[in-house]
Amino acid sequence: MIRSGRLLALIWLGFGALFAQAKDAAPLAEDPLTEKRLLAITAELRCLVCQNQTIADSNADLANDFRREIRKLIAEGKSDQEILDFMVARYGDFVRYRPPVKGTTILLWAGPGVLLVIGLAVLIRYLRRRNDAIADTELTAEELQQANALLAETTDKKPQ
Amino acid sequence: MNKFLWPLVGFIALVVLLAVGLNLNPRDVPSPLVGKPAANFSLPVLGVDRKFGPEDMKGKVWLLNVWASWCISCRQEHPILVELGRKNIVPVIGLNYKEVRGDGETDMAKTDTASEDKLARQRATKWLTQHGDPYVLSVLDLDGRVGIDYGVYGVPETYIIDKAGIIRMKHTGPVTPDDLRKKILPLVAELNK
Repeated sequence: MIRSGRLLALIWLGFGALFAQAKDAAPLAEDPLTEKRLLAITAELRCLVCQNQTIADSNADLANDFRREIRKLIAEGKSDQEILDFMVARYGDFVRYRPPVKGTTILLWAGPGVLLVIGLAVLIRYLRRRNDAIADTELTAEELQQANALLAETTDKKPQ
Repeated sequence: MNKFLWPLVGFIALVVLLAVGLNLNPRDVPSPLVGKPAANFSLPVLGVDRKFGPEDMKGKVWLLNVWASWCISCRQEHPILVELGRKNIVPVIGLNYKEVRGDGETDMAKTDTASEDKLARQRATKWLTQHGDPYVLSVLDLDGRVGIDYGVYGVPETYIIDKAGIIRMKHTGPVTPDDLRKKILPLVAELNK
């Protein structure tokens, strides 16, 4: 028992060492304006290695290469749009976190709205039908007597 | 009847949607470069003291295969490429991608360009000696700059380039015998017509 506890602790420590060795973000360049633009651009770009991260968030090797490349493009005086175009020309719309609206991405943009409308329509239909189904009807004398009898029975048999 | 039919239809539709979604490969990102001219470059050739660029292959259908000695899945496809190289069907050019800095083991702050180049040549040559060399020649893309022009994001990757220098196909990940037989070789044959 003690031994297994020790083993666990060792594994835990091992994990700690692993994280400690994780790479730190590359140091910022000298020019704060370049860095600000770099951050804004890379926040719009998807890291293709770790697909659910932006390049700004990622420390993957490829993301570092992209940052180096974008710094260079900024230094060359390219506009933000030109830099985005540069990336899209090589890696496709997938590299953008906000893909443009067009034929292949229409499902992505309109899908949630369409689903919401369908859901609302189904809900409204269901509620209306239920409303119609529980329309008031007069009780017959016999039914009224039965109902009263049932009510009397429950009041008699109150739990002690 | 109707009461049970609709939930069932909805359920089946959901199952189909999820089944399709799970069978898609998220790594298989369509490349916008297909149908575009292969980016030009001039990179040093492994083993000899000269440079190579895509223009040297004008008039030929060829494969550009991105590889590195640290790339584990390259080992999976390598025997298939060696076999292909032996058959002399289509010339395969190797693009050695970030041989030294790609493995993340070397501290690049302490490595200058000359020693990186030397180390890359050593490692790449050793690896090709060990695993076989399917390439007509390999070029060294030490910093991965040419890789960016080709939209490389995971090694191995393979491009088919036609006689006019247009990229006709990009294959991401290891080439399997199936890929070779069903996709790559038929396209090469068609382009060679």
